[in-house]
Amino acid sequence: MPPRILTEKCNGCEGLPESRCEEACPGNLMVVDAATGKARCRCTRDCWDCMSCTKACPRAAIETRIPYQLGYHKASLRPIMGKDHITWKCVDIHGVETTYKYRNRLAAAPAIRTGKGV
Amino acid sequence: MANRKASRAVDIAPRSLAEVRTETVECDLLIIGGGNAGCFVATEAKRLDPSLRVVIMEKAEIMRSGACSAGMDALNTYIPEGKTPEDLVRWSRAQVGGGPLREDLALSNAEELNEAIDDLERWGLPILRDADGKIRYRGKWDISIHGEQLKPIMAEKAIEAGAEVYNRVAGTGLLMDGGRCVGATGLGVRDGAFHVFRAKSVVVSTGGAGTLYKSYTADSTDSGAQIWMCPYCVGSGYAMGFRQGAELSSLEQRWVATRTKDFCGPVDTISVGYKAPIINCKDERVMSRYAHLGGDAAPRFIRANAPMEEWLAGRGPCYCDTRNMAPELVQAMMTDYLNERPSFVLFLASRGQDVTKEAIEIYGSDPYIMGGHTMGGFWVDMQRMTTVPGLFAAGETAGGNPNKFVGGCAAEGKLAARGAIAYMAAGLEKPDEAAVSAQVESEKARVFAPLLRGKDYDGVTPTEMKERLQRLMDEYAGGSSQFYRTNEERLDYALRHIKMLQSQFAYLKAADLHDLMQANETMDRVDVAEAVVHHLKARRETRWAGWQTRSDYPGRDDANFDCFVETRRDPVTGEVTAFTRPYEQLVPGDRFKA
Repeated sequence: MPPRILTEKCNGCEGLPESRCEEACPGNLMVVDAATGKARCRCTRDCWDCMSCTKACPRAAIETRIPYQLGYHKASLRPIMGKDHITWKCVDIHGVETTYKYRNRLAAAPAIRTGKGV
Repeated sequence: MANRKASRAVDIAPRSLAEVRTETVECDLLIIGGGNAGCFVATEAKRLDPSLRVVIMEKAEIMRSGACSAGMDALNTYIPEGKTPEDLVRWSRAQVGGGPLREDLALSNAEELNEAIDDLERWGLPILRDADGKIRYRGKWDISIHGEQLKPIMAEKAIEAGAEVYNRVAGTGLLMDGGRCVGATGLGVRDGAFHVFRAKSVVVSTGGAGTLYKSYTADSTDSGAQIWMCPYCVGSGYAMGFRQGAELSSLEQRWVATRTKDFCGPVDTISVGYKAPIINCKDERVMSRYAHLGGDAAPRFIRANAPMEEWLAGRGPCYCDTRNMAPELVQAMMTDYLNERPSFVLFLASRGQDVTKEAIEIYGSDPYIMGGHTMGGFWVDMQRMTTVPGLFAAGETAGGNPNKFVGGCAAEGKLAARGAIAYMAAGLEKPDEAAVSAQVESEKARVFAPLLRGKDYDGVTPTEMKERLQRLMDEYAGGSSQFYRTNEERLDYALRHIKMLQSQFAYLKAADLHDLMQANETMDRVDVAEAVVHHLKARRETRWAGWQTRSDYPGRDDANFDCFVETRRDPVTGEVTAFTRPYEQLVPGDRFKA
């Protein structure tokens, strides 16, 4: 169910003041478990499947899954974030893979490029 | 400039209110909700007066918050060469069945629209253009974008402009001084503090209200939030203003749309963007039944309701017929979805569906209150000030002016910023400190009460109360299970039970800060739902079937209801009254034609 944490990859963004998935989730659903040090979703029922956490994860340790009652086992959709491009790799339940790649930022003025504000 | 990052979640279990820290921030302009409209309020205010202290109270983290968090594939309005703002208002009017709508607001928004979208492109948003560099139109007014980064682009600009963002602070209430708004309070969902923002003016831009109604996808699934509208926009802004007496307008014009079935995803992407016709189970073109109303270009509520009428007549399921789409068009359509709701591509993959062989099924959504799509929101003047002085509204939160969408919400953000600056320039008296302090203490007690009761208290969880409300609204106030129909008796039933829920706020309990946020959101939902039901009750006609269907008054009644339905809640007694305001046609022409 969405999102699924690949615990062998997740390190809870150790060392950061806030993990990337905790930071990204618009529903405040992601949390790093104090006992395991791994991210988890507090309540998968409340997930919108917006994939913000999946995009934000620096270790590709989060997969978004459609609840089984709505979609069959198992398909995957993986975002790979570039500087001004995004690449998506989708595999359907029959194993058919499709790749999409497109620009998500214009080559903008330097002021915009450095405008991360963090 | 500062984007104040939240910390990791802390576990706090205060035994008394005294253990809850209060943090106070003074500013000139407070923006509640750093979404599409809120980011534009901030950039415009700082552009006009860099010396202003502009603060954004943001429930999530501003880079990925609110309705745009998943991205966007199109901007539904951008005035093309040869067309005028008046033409856009005519189109908007025809889309809502001839109105009524606030043509004054619509026109002023339309005049700002293109500039706001040009801003987005200058800031780095890819707008698709043809080989000659001309913007590529998807339909008559809408243009295609690669908007996966739309939200971070807007957020970065607000921060760069100098706004201070308090992330993970959920707005709970307004601070008042003798009838005018002088700030707001929020719950720190990570730090556990009670945040007090003292401001000279406040813009509320918290988005619309999803999750008031049950979604059919929530039945027997692990998915309670698989809806089209962002489920984290629950109507808190409406609730905060309504509780302090700000007038709400047109909430009965709910936004209901045809969406993909079993995954409530956008459909205009397919039907408008790729001209895939809507068909029923007999392969009949559904919109041809509505040729007299414009067919494929019929008003939005007609198009939204048409597939549901087919189901009712025994001709469902319905589809967007993608079976004849060329492979390169399918690739482009999937790219659009990846920009707006990427998990819809995952949904199709999890059905193993090749859309060139199997058409995409569609169905009606659960109803939402959204002043950027339909018309429900605060009654505002031309400065975008609500009926509470000092309280402004923009975007989905402001009412009266439908079909704003991304560009219109951005434009309205600018207008609200200018309105707030003009209000502050007129000179403001100092608020009564004792009265404000008393409000801070009573609001803090209200907000933290569920956490102080604790998880072991024999009470009600926020989820239990939310789901009770959602069932009630779905079955009695015209949800999707009822094909959006309701009547006087059902609405009275809904009101009786809403009153019971309000009386049971005293039993809400929360185990942690996240739960406490949800408890407060649930109280907001109930208060907004009360307003929605009053609006549905007061419009004793059926003007926009689907958006607003009264089975006891099936026809349109121009003699009595060619006007706005309004509600106001008495801040002292909590009593809600409904009344009307007249419609004024400002842009000449046939109201039913664009």
